[in-house]
Amino acid sequence: MTDPKDALALHTAMTRIRRFEERCVELYSAGDIRGFMHLCIGEEAVAVGVTAALGADDAVVSTYREHGHALARGIPMEALFAEMFGRTTGCSGGRGGSMHLFDAARRFYGGNAIVAGGIPLAVGLALADSYTARPQVTACLFGDGAFAEGEFHESLNLAALWGLPVVLCCENNRYAMGTSLARSHAQTDLALRAASYGVRSWAVDGMDAPAVRDAVRLAVDTARAGGGPCFLELRTYRFRAHSMYDADRYRERSEIAGWQEHDPLGALVADLDPDDVAAAEAAIAEEIDAAVAAAQAAPREPVADLTRHVLAER
Amino acid sequence: MATTTFREAFRAGLREALAADDRVFLMGEDVGRYGGCFAVSQGLLEEFGERRVRDTPLSESAFVGAGIGAALGGARPVVEIMTVNFSLLALDQILNNAATLRHMSGGQLGVPLVIRVPTGPGRQLAAQHSHTLEGIYAHIPGLRVLTPATLADARGMLAPALADPDPVLVFEQIALYGTSGELPDDAGPVDISRAAVRRPGTDVTLVAYGGSLAPTEAAAEQLATDGVSAEVVDLRVLRPLDEATVLASVARTHRLVVVDNAWRSGSPSAEIAARVAEHALYELDAPIERVCGVEVPLPYPHHLEEAALPGVADVVAAARRAVG
Repeated sequence: MTDPKDALALHTAMTRIRRFEERCVELYSAGDIRGFMHLCIGEEAVAVGVTAALGADDAVVSTYREHGHALARGIPMEALFAEMFGRTTGCSGGRGGSMHLFDAARRFYGGNAIVAGGIPLAVGLALADSYTARPQVTACLFGDGAFAEGEFHESLNLAALWGLPVVLCCENNRYAMGTSLARSHAQTDLALRAASYGVRSWAVDGMDAPAVRDAVRLAVDTARAGGGPCFLELRTYRFRAHSMYDADRYRERSEIAGWQEHDPLGALVADLDPDDVAAAEAAIAEEIDAAVAAAQAAPREPVADLTRHVLAER
Repeated sequence: MATTTFREAFRAGLREALAADDRVFLMGEDVGRYGGCFAVSQGLLEEFGERRVRDTPLSESAFVGAGIGAALGGARPVVEIMTVNFSLLALDQILNNAATLRHMSGGQLGVPLVIRVPTGPGRQLAAQHSHTLEGIYAHIPGLRVLTPATLADARGMLAPALADPDPVLVFEQIALYGTSGELPDDAGPVDISRAAVRRPGTDVTLVAYGGSLAPTEAAAEQLATDGVSAEVVDLRVLRPLDEATVLASVARTHRLVVVDNAWRSGSPSAEIAARVAEHALYELDAPIERVCGVEVPLPYPHHLEEAALPGVADVVAAARRAVG
């Protein structure tokens, strides 16, 4: 049983992500957002649970499905909308778009669109912390698809070998783009495979925000205390297609419906005061409207600045 | 002046960097206990310890990526990849992360990382250990690509590379490691933004870099005995390319020969030829000549490896054609 105040905070944080992404869909359909856009609807408990377990000085490395991670990490909504509109006030100055959200001040290192590409970076950030004996921890979020990449295994080996303070959070939503885990992996027990590197590994119900947070907290505490890396398989599901271009023909509707019965928002709402939930919804709607308006009013970067940010300006 | 080898010059740069800044550490395959695959880092583990000199598994993508992450985290890693061919296993990290993070983040995240890559032919290492692939990296915006070809550059490029806020790749010629020469006792940091005129001349410009500099200088020497005054330009930096030095030389000599160990198609020599054609066509009194690697994976037999690369005679012949 989660404390009601705690449950409301987690529920509100998840609702904020879902409503944000629902607005993103509208804006995408209207042509205001372009490019590839990947939604995390259904996976909000992972975003909220992982970030809730981190301190402000800890680092987060994420993937292209990172709207929820970025919001939960505290990047202002307006900066995220502006980024997706390609405006200068975006969190990456408009240069990245939906897949490349960055915020150096919040130690949010992407936004990596190469599957598994961020995992070595996370290991390196942890290496820098270990090298300088700083007490920070790096949380690395990636999907189950990354398990098929050599980079994941190379990185896990290195992190374990050097006992680095990195928490590997596998957001297992069962599909690597349109291919299910069962169709692409000989061994689908991911925690078991990670454990073979000598890394403390376990699976968690990724639809349960308090459970995710508590598990990540344990892993973060372990890493911070010098216990080396941990691997968490956060078992979740995306209710939407892989990206806005995906017709989603590879899943049974009944499978999606089955998972929707375990909606992370629904799991908490039963214990909450409906008035509190309604008040939170109203505040979120207001926040989204204001953020969209501000982002839409933000300036576009002049074309004369096209070649900025290739090398450091000096 | 003291006699030293390229290997010792590179090592002196590394030792100085480690001693000067605790943020600097070395990482790579066999850099520690083994002493470096080409013995460049020999003794550094004993001198600086395992925290500063780190042996890695054979996992190019992971340890180069970890170097990128460590640089983001405030360290100044010097990562060694055993040979240029193996660097391709880390190309994803170099291109998709090191070179692009600054841009994708709107200027928020720089990657002050140095990657050392032994490169080039000359040791009969065959087709998976000895190619000249620097041009692949020179294609990528967001990187700085250095090709030290003199002892002074071998000694002096690391310090400014480490001071650079962006990723710097240093391509060290395998064939040169054992070569010795004179280096001033006070040799220090060098400019890593400009090409250098290694030999002034008036009749023809010979452009070279890395492994093609030595045969080009020998060719210039030979041409001089025949009364042809060749100016030798060492590119030193393949990206960002210092085209001004090349164009100024062509404006003096009006003839151009580009010497390149890389395959002709799409090589740095192609870039130089194109830039001169774009910006200095009317300075030219003869067609541009290119002397390049033969377009074949490098063969193992010594005589075939030699035949696949630009030799002194090839450069001399090209220069003679240019001067008519």
